[in-house]
Amino acid sequence: MTSSLKTAALAALALSGAFALPAHAAVKVLACEPEWGALAQELGGDLVDVGVATSAMQDPHQVQAKPSLISRARNADMVVCTGAELEIGWLPVLLQQSGNPKLQPGQPGNFAAADFVRKLDVPKQVDRSQGDVHPDGNPHIQTDPRNIALVATALGARLAQVDPAHAAQYQQRTAAFSQKWQANLQRWAAQAKPLKGVAIAAHHKAYAYMEDWLGLVEVAVLEPKPGVEPSASHLEEVLATLKARPARMVIYSAYQDSKPDEWLSEHAHIPAVKIPFTVGGTDGAKDLTGLFDDTLNRLLGALK
Amino acid sequence: MLAKPLAAGARAPASPFPPLRLVAALALAVGLQGAALASPASDVAELKKALAAMKSDYDKRLGALESQLHDTQAELAKAKAANAAPPVAAASANAEAVAEAPAPVAPVAAPPAMAVDTSVAAPTGASGGNATAFNPQISLILSGTYAHTSQDPAQTRITGFALPPGAEIGVGSRGFSLAESELALAANIDPWLAGNINLSITGDDTISAEEAFITTTALPHGLVLKAGRFFSGIGYLNSQHSHTWDFVDAPVAYQAMLGTQYADDGVQLHWLAPTDQYMEFGLEAGRGRSFPGDNGSRNAAGMAAFTFHTGGDIGDSTSWRAGLSYLQASAGGQALDDIGSSGQALGEQFSGRTHVVVADGVLKWAPHGNATHTYFKLQGEFIQSHRRGDLAVEGDAPAGLHQTQSGGYLQGVYQFMPMWRVGLRTERLDPGHANFGANDFALSSTNYHPTKNSIMVDFSESEFARFRLQFAQDRSRQGFVDNQFLLQYQTALGAHGAHAY
Repeated sequence: MTSSLKTAALAALALSGAFALPAHAAVKVLACEPEWGALAQELGGDLVDVGVATSAMQDPHQVQAKPSLISRARNADMVVCTGAELEIGWLPVLLQQSGNPKLQPGQPGNFAAADFVRKLDVPKQVDRSQGDVHPDGNPHIQTDPRNIALVATALGARLAQVDPAHAAQYQQRTAAFSQKWQANLQRWAAQAKPLKGVAIAAHHKAYAYMEDWLGLVEVAVLEPKPGVEPSASHLEEVLATLKARPARMVIYSAYQDSKPDEWLSEHAHIPAVKIPFTVGGTDGAKDLTGLFDDTLNRLLGALK
Repeated sequence: MLAKPLAAGARAPASPFPPLRLVAALALAVGLQGAALASPASDVAELKKALAAMKSDYDKRLGALESQLHDTQAELAKAKAANAAPPVAAASANAEAVAEAPAPVAPVAAPPAMAVDTSVAAPTGASGGNATAFNPQISLILSGTYAHTSQDPAQTRITGFALPPGAEIGVGSRGFSLAESELALAANIDPWLAGNINLSITGDDTISAEEAFITTTALPHGLVLKAGRFFSGIGYLNSQHSHTWDFVDAPVAYQAMLGTQYADDGVQLHWLAPTDQYMEFGLEAGRGRSFPGDNGSRNAAGMAAFTFHTGGDIGDSTSWRAGLSYLQASAGGQALDDIGSSGQALGEQFSGRTHVVVADGVLKWAPHGNATHTYFKLQGEFIQSHRRGDLAVEGDAPAGLHQTQSGGYLQGVYQFMPMWRVGLRTERLDPGHANFGANDFALSSTNYHPTKNSIMVDFSESEFARFRLQFAQDRSRQGFVDNQFLLQYQTALGAHGAHAY
């Protein structure tokens, strides 16, 4: 190695020491999806500084470990993600490139929400002939507010573990959130009664938890296999299926291209319903409560 | 007689009544035993006693096992609870307060990202006694090409750029061929290290370790240290495996100045600055295993490199990365094939240093950052290579060489609808001006600028399979125009890979 390179190495090491930040400020949370960002903000308040890696307009399967995300992971104290392999295409490389030991799997700073709920659609056999299946089960757990309650409890505890100096505050905020959420759940349960047993068609297999919550019956999926775009021929098949087993509506998420849903809506004479899917997906879904208020409003509106 | 039905019953789970067969076999066994004994009453009493003793013994053992199981379950539950919410006692109370909630599942210790169990037999993992649970993550790339070229690939040269014999240039071979298949294994080694190997299997049946390195996962302050064989972090394309390229082949500038893709055996230190702006610095030292190095026998490092990359976002639809890198490699008696001033093939030997500077940039656009339907990617690199040292031509006495060469490419790839992309790439090289010293009689600077233009269209039926058609007009060699028509498939099997930006 030349002397100039040695000097550069020493300079880099010296800089890394100089930049080492003082230990106490707000806990920097990097949330993989908006719903977990919103939840961390509710549970952490002023104690946390929340950044969200993706928006409601992005498909959380298909995100890239872009430079801005790498530097945010570098400086974060904690990542809050869905897990269950939803972020498998980008999170491992993001964490590896971040050079941040706090975020590595197994550390308290690595929180995967799906670890704390009962997962649906866990495949008995995993084979890519089935499309982009998730071996750990369906990862779209945020479509059921009862899951939000479970994740909130676990996340509140985890925040207290990462930032023990403020444990009591996290505990208090988590209890307050749980109480508020409990009231929400009761209100939503009453509102959602007309949806029980309603047949729906879904764009992507993303609503298993919502269907479980509301008692919706999924009779058709527009994607021929998970992660494979709906084709014209498959849409014809779906239309034929709906003749035999009619659905009351077709559901798609804010980030998805609505063309296949509109086509089906027109040909099957059923409304196409855009679901916010996460916080920020629609104007009504400003926060977690709004996410489910708006989802229910849209579903109930389609019944009229 | 006895063994047969037993074995059949045990071995044939498909049989609808295996338990019945077992019972029959057992009954037969007992019956036979009874017949053989042909016992008086006392024997029967003894037998009864023995049976009673056996029963109580088994009861005791079962009891012990049950209580052990109970204890273990309790401990597990305790451990899980501790894992879920160690410092907050109220957590479980909160969970109970949520009526109607689906049963909470205590967290299973998340498997390390690089050690995902990909075994098909146990997709849900989490079973403790699974011997395959620690198997590395395995992924396999299968790829093949068909090439139709108007010039014989054996005649491929890059005018003005002397390269080692057997250097990978051009499309390789005509007709059908197995392109590079790649087998990758990766896993965490312990809490501080991860390991990775990429084996490349080429169409001519050679297997080579493309990359094989260990890397740290727990260094503080944004530091990552890597040791082993790895692709250098210089430029943009250099560190990417060929299956992630947007065109079938590497840019000519990479072929001419970096031996297609520069990999080395050595160490690499990366440091990510703790700033909001992405700034990554890298230092590398290696043996100089491949061109422009010579894989020579020396204690000192034959290669040293410094890399710098920065990047960020412009709004919510655009992201970018740009970089500047420097690499130097030593050579002593490096064999090179060249073409002399009168067009004749020349064998040369170079001793000295090569300094390579790479400037790279990439810009990606997708509406609201959602690349599922449409996106655009603009990418370009400029490479400049300075060679200083001595050059011996055809075994003559070496004479001084001072040469500066450069080249680069600019490419754009546009996904115009889901699954379908088109791409354009334009390339140009400058052999530059050289001072050949006393070798001026055989060599002279050329004014010829090699160029190449490529267009491609590809279709990805899924995230794991891509089919590509590429047409290129290659004017790398003066006086030759090679029209190349390439067809390629690329597939990924096994563990879901995560790709770098």
